[in-house]
Amino acid sequence: MKGHLSLLLVVIPLLAAPVTAALTRARLAWAIAFAVTTACVILAGMQLWAVLNDGIISYELGGWAPPWGIEYRIDELNALVALIISGIAAVTLPYALLSAEQEIPEDKLPLFYSAFLLCFAGLLGITQTGDIFNVFVFLEISSLSSYALISLGQKRQALTSAYQYLIMGTLGATFFLIGVGLIYSVTGTLNMADLAQRLPELTHLKTVHTGFAFIMIGFALKLALFPLHLWLPNAYTYAPTVISVFLAATATKVALYVMLRVLFTVFPEGFVSTTPASELFILSGIAAILSASVYAIYQANVKRLLAYSSVAQIGYMALGIGLASAMGVTAAIIHLFNHALMKGALFMAIGAIIYRVGACRMENIQGLGRQMPWTFGAIVIGGMSLIGVPGTAGFVSKWYLVLAALEQEAWITVAVILLGSLLAVVYMGKIVEALYFRPVEETNVDVKEAPMLLLAPAWVLVIANIYFGLQTEPDRRGG
Amino acid sequence: MWMTELPPFIPFFLAAALALFTRGHLQSAIMLAAPLLGGLHLWLYVPADIVYSLPILEYQLILMRTDQLSLVFGYIFHIAAFVLVVYTLHLKDTLQHVAGLVYAGSAMGATFAGDLITLFIFWELLAVSSVFLIWANRTTEATQAGIRYLVYQVLSGVLLLAGALIHHHYTGSLAFDFIGLNNPGGWLILLAFGIKCAFPFLHTWLTDAYPASTHTGAAVLSVFTTKVAIYALARGYPGTDILIYIGAIMTCFPIFYAVLENDLRRVLSYSLINQLGFMVCAIGIGTALSLNGAVAHAFAHILYKSLLFMSMGAVMYRVGHVYASDLGGLYKSMPKTTALCIIGAASISAVPLFSGFVAKSLVMTELLQQGQIVVWLMLLFASAGVLHHAGIKVPFFAFYAHDSGLRPKEAPVNMLIGMFITAVLCIAIGVQPQYLYSILPWEMDYWPYDVTHVLAQLQLLMFAALAFVWMEIKGYAPPELHSVNLDAEWFYRRLVPAGVQRSVNFLHMAKVSTLTMLTGNIQRMQNKFGRSPVARYHLSESWPTGSMVFWISIILVVYLLLDIVFYK
Repeated sequence: MKGHLSLLLVVIPLLAAPVTAALTRARLAWAIAFAVTTACVILAGMQLWAVLNDGIISYELGGWAPPWGIEYRIDELNALVALIISGIAAVTLPYALLSAEQEIPEDKLPLFYSAFLLCFAGLLGITQTGDIFNVFVFLEISSLSSYALISLGQKRQALTSAYQYLIMGTLGATFFLIGVGLIYSVTGTLNMADLAQRLPELTHLKTVHTGFAFIMIGFALKLALFPLHLWLPNAYTYAPTVISVFLAATATKVALYVMLRVLFTVFPEGFVSTTPASELFILSGIAAILSASVYAIYQANVKRLLAYSSVAQIGYMALGIGLASAMGVTAAIIHLFNHALMKGALFMAIGAIIYRVGACRMENIQGLGRQMPWTFGAIVIGGMSLIGVPGTAGFVSKWYLVLAALEQEAWITVAVILLGSLLAVVYMGKIVEALYFRPVEETNVDVKEAPMLLLAPAWVLVIANIYFGLQTEPDRRGG
Repeated sequence: MWMTELPPFIPFFLAAALALFTRGHLQSAIMLAAPLLGGLHLWLYVPADIVYSLPILEYQLILMRTDQLSLVFGYIFHIAAFVLVVYTLHLKDTLQHVAGLVYAGSAMGATFAGDLITLFIFWELLAVSSVFLIWANRTTEATQAGIRYLVYQVLSGVLLLAGALIHHHYTGSLAFDFIGLNNPGGWLILLAFGIKCAFPFLHTWLTDAYPASTHTGAAVLSVFTTKVAIYALARGYPGTDILIYIGAIMTCFPIFYAVLENDLRRVLSYSLINQLGFMVCAIGIGTALSLNGAVAHAFAHILYKSLLFMSMGAVMYRVGHVYASDLGGLYKSMPKTTALCIIGAASISAVPLFSGFVAKSLVMTELLQQGQIVVWLMLLFASAGVLHHAGIKVPFFAFYAHDSGLRPKEAPVNMLIGMFITAVLCIAIGVQPQYLYSILPWEMDYWPYDVTHVLAQLQLLMFAALAFVWMEIKGYAPPELHSVNLDAEWFYRRLVPAGVQRSVNFLHMAKVSTLTMLTGNIQRMQNKFGRSPVARYHLSESWPTGSMVFWISIILVVYLLLDIVFYK
């Protein structure tokens, strides 16, 4: 059993997907999806436990020994990411029960859950695999299903957004594939561990450099790194709320994981310093934090505001990677984790409002804070975490990031991080102001607190935000 | 049953918890038991070298650390707490009882705290619990005064915490021992103590809030907050020169306000600051004799100041206010309260054979020995002033002066008993000072009753009394009027609001005109820009898909160029 853990984690959702697609009853499809994600959380937890105790797990697919066969290679980093993804998926699904039923037509629901499971399987596959071409395969699985998921949004714009994301996402995936091809052409292997052994002798080759560039830029697009973030605001805004929650908390995180994997495992130590990658990371990170935060301030649609805030938060992670120190990467990983928590909580809370009033422009939600106190509380605490108030998770990662920047005396970076927090105060303040201090719209006078089923998952994440804000030992989170 | 390592705040907190759920005689018994049993336990069983700490995470909270200094303060706080419980027994207000017990308990906690974090915790508890004694009045005025009070107290706590952390950064220690001014943390902590101790310009919360509290609340408040601060100063900053001058100023400036003031509880508040000045000054000198003087003064002061506040509380309870202008002639119907008030007044004026004399002598003698002539003269002036405003003015206007025609009943029995015990202690200390001297923390050989000292003090008192009588007869004394005197509060209760209002108006106008100008310009620019293809292409709500292709290729090209040109 233990040996097959890593494979089961991917295979179970993958096999469950066609089963749910064949069903006609939505509730049954949901039950299967929920059972699968719960099982995956347990498996991912066991996997992390095993890795922490016994070290790296290597699983040979079909009994083919690597580097010829595909290998699943699990260390602490991807075990952690797998746990985050399954955890978020498991928290999202109870939320989906009400939210998705309201936003998606009844007959499409089984397909929706099927696509959700496919996307989930794809994301898990990316984290589990130790084969770089396999990453591409799973990337396409998750991407294609997420295009479908986004297109299920209520508004007509959902279709264009999905199409736009499809074009852009395919572009990114293609870049990645080109990069992998170039690397393969000189190394003759696709196994990451094997690549790591062969690449040190080949780093002088322009082919390797070019391949690296294609991989980085391809994933920068999937990561929505500024200025390649253009697909993200539309996709998050018009997707069904559940999908906004799920993608915001997981998809970009997986992209970041691949980036870390390629940068620090596949390519030899010191290779990054021979490329302009870290400078570009820092530059685009700074640009992301500043410009996306400013954009967020001017958004009238709350989901769109949060989407821009995501772009800014990704900028923080890029900064962490760009600093290229142990501390910086730790900060990036912790922020990856924490951002999943805070954005998940915020999108869920906004989703609860959408569930009640059917829209989420500032004028629709105004004054609802008093009628929906628990939802409002979740937004406030999630927002504080986003800003980085001490005692919340967001503080911890920003603190590490500032320390990493101070370590290298990168004063501008420090200033940008702090300024970013300040801008976050402004845009979160806008939401809070609208929710609490403005008079409620006449049509919304009778709006009640969101149902328990929507609140509970949001509050699970809110409490996690506080818990990880107080539990400040980085080693507990694989950093 | 008795453990020596029982932190003294625990009986109080327990009693507070129990008092919350009990009523009537049971509640009274519980409230009396806490200071009585706790005090006896402290007195009989706790030696001067106990350290008890509670590990929290990786940190040790030192909840109890006894030495002679903390024990003396512990004794007097227990005595005062007991007397005050007796004094407040007639109240049917559980809120005040519970708040008072938590408040007294927090004072014990702060007194026996062995590290700065524990001190901070109780420091904040002191603030939060005591504010209810003000709010319990349940008037708008009291609510607002309470909020101003709370702001000051919490600010003090925050400064203390910040100072403690900085102090830790410099010295690596959080122990609550000598702190000194060697690092910025020390200054912050001094400021924190200074707020609680009513340093000049930081004192306004005191004269603002104490007169606004309930008729019993003022007596309770007068005991703990400021004396905890005195204790903290005596431990953290003995011999810090700046305190001599701060103390000297504190003794003098309140006198003028006290003479002007009409609200007798506010008069007592000013005289409280004046008395604190003596202690702060003594701590600043920092010799064994002067520190003993500060401690003895605090000990005696707690008794007679609470006695005065209690007598005014009794008047307030019966009459409803304590405005000097509207009182007078009360001695006819409240003779016992009058007598007790006069004992308190004699003590605070340092009449020989009363407690104030034996305590103040220590400080004055040491000042002369240290050659601090100017400061000595200031304190001498202040001593005369004390007699004027606290020693004579308070009893005179309340109980004698022109007959107001009021004939209130004598104070309730429990109030009288409380005041009586306090008065007995005041006289006992004055007559038999050796018992107080024997528990003082430092070794000394001193006896206050010598000819020169007694004579000098009597002369001072006689002439001060003469001045008061002369001024009253000649009509030079400022008339007692209904008015609110604002001292340094004026800055934030008048100047700042007025100033802020004006600057806000100005800023608003500036903002409006600038905005109109800017928006006009921006609008024009936007219109021009908005028509350009760049804007239509990039600033629209969502970008066209093609722009992404554009960016990705730009980045790829830039990256590869950089890679080829700059990185080998």
